[in-house]
Amino acid sequence: MAVDIRLASTCVRLKPESIDELTNLVTPGDVITSDTGFMRGHGTFMEDGKHHASVAGVVQRVNKLICVKPLKTRYNGEVGDIVVGRIIEVGMKRWKVDTHSKLDSVLMLSSVNLPGGELRRRSEEDEKLMRYYLKEGDLISAEVQSVFNDGSLSLHTRSLKYGKLGQGSLYLVSPSLIKRRKTHFHNLPCGVTVILGNNGYVWVCPTEGEVSEQTGGYEQNFEPVVRADREVVARIGNCVQSLADHRMMLFDTSILYTYEASLKFPVKDMMKPEVKTEVIDLARQRLERDGT
Amino acid sequence: MVDVQLSDAEKTYIIHGAQDNLREDGRGCEDYRHLEIETSVVSTTSGSAKIRLANTEILVGVKVELGETSPENPDKGRIEFFVDCSANATPEFEGRGGEDLANEISNMLARAYDCPSCLDMRKLCVVEGKKCWIVYVDVLLLECGGSLFDASSIAVKAALYNTSIPRLTVTHDEGHTELELSDDPYDVQRLDVYNSPCIVTLSKIGHSHVVDASQKEEACCLARLMLAVTDKGCVTAMKKEGSGSFDVSSIEDMLETGKKVGQSLNKSLMEVLVSEDRNMKKKYMTGYLR
Repeated sequence: MAVDIRLASTCVRLKPESIDELTNLVTPGDVITSDTGFMRGHGTFMEDGKHHASVAGVVQRVNKLICVKPLKTRYNGEVGDIVVGRIIEVGMKRWKVDTHSKLDSVLMLSSVNLPGGELRRRSEEDEKLMRYYLKEGDLISAEVQSVFNDGSLSLHTRSLKYGKLGQGSLYLVSPSLIKRRKTHFHNLPCGVTVILGNNGYVWVCPTEGEVSEQTGGYEQNFEPVVRADREVVARIGNCVQSLADHRMMLFDTSILYTYEASLKFPVKDMMKPEVKTEVIDLARQRLERDGT
Repeated sequence: MVDVQLSDAEKTYIIHGAQDNLREDGRGCEDYRHLEIETSVVSTTSGSAKIRLANTEILVGVKVELGETSPENPDKGRIEFFVDCSANATPEFEGRGGEDLANEISNMLARAYDCPSCLDMRKLCVVEGKKCWIVYVDVLLLECGGSLFDASSIAVKAALYNTSIPRLTVTHDEGHTELELSDDPYDVQRLDVYNSPCIVTLSKIGHSHVVDASQKEEACCLARLMLAVTDKGCVTAMKKEGSGSFDVSSIEDMLETGKKVGQSLNKSLMEVLVSEDRNMKKKYMTGYLR
């Protein structure tokens, strides 16, 4: 039994000296440039012939185009992104999926792999069984197939690596903290699978055998997870949360280094701010040494 | 309660975790999450406190006012609770959406403080049968991350501890009484909250029970028992919530756990509050800029 109460004023905050000052950081209303030769991009507006930022973020310049990339945002999908989402509605031939974007995403019945075969016609029978395959509240991993005109996403799970997710836990972080990588599915050597969704949803679960990969997750395993695995999942989850709290980019190496730095603390101590800061500092130093 | 949707597999994972005494974030069944507390955050109140328990954020303001004593308790002051659910916390609270939850919390707080040993209401009486202090406690939910009852009771206790009531001098003069307010703004009396209760919610998940359930865990729990526990382990109020049912023996277990956890919760809270009081001078405000 532990109760840990602190005063807000005594809690360790981010050390300012460890953060490089960003020169191109703007807040809403800031003048980016008064030069009229530039083109207006996302996150900016024109007033009195000057470019102003409309969001808080980092200015990016591509030739004559000025954009501001917001630091905290909803997810703006791009084709090919890997996302983790939650089914919120079962509709006519489609599922509505929450992916932390501005509008709900859709997963069409025609863009999922159904159990039992590759080239299968998705018949009326399947339409009636939709809730049997995926029901409200279920979590899926998917890829963005296309982006509609209004910015909403169409997803697909037509590969065996995508599909319904089983036992594990979901962590929500800001989408801008996920580093874009070739792969977002990582089987970490500590026996944990991490799916870093581009939309900021991070799924952590114990690595399973090949059996579940072949069914697309439709056959779920409700057997209790052994305690040792559970502890590692909790630790990785706390690492993900601490990285996000300290605004560090999330990718396989950063998570692994944080995990290794955290091993000297019990899992539940990782929720204390001073332990978080120490672990993150260690991981940050190691990342800088590696030059990544 | 504010619910999140979970898949069956996630629920199974959480339920088995509670049985293993190892929860999603590595806590055991009887562990609280990290709590941050700050008092006297709102200068226009008599006392205030802000608390952050993981994602739950609650602001409490206390205002004291002179009022008429009630006819049934002519020698006592009163305490009144009001809870407001901000729509910033979740869109469900918009309009009248948060009213049910707000009423539940304020009723529970009122019941918890209804015990004569919690807070000495006689000290709030100014002129017997005529004037007394009425303590208005306003609770504002700013963010929801589970354990709203526990967090609000802790914040209320901290805010009451922080409350200062102006000292009044009563002079009886030929039948009518006169009240005189002290000129010195620091000439105040404090409330004695050493025996005020904190609410401990025990949520039944699977066959075991956990304290300080997160939002995900609340979604897996069918029944919960709320206990208002004082520093000495006295239970001043008890409430059962949810559609599930309890075994008699499990209620006894929960009472034992609740008392134990409640006592240590009260103890650490008082330690923190007393230490903040001591370091009053060199304090700087954290506020909302984290």
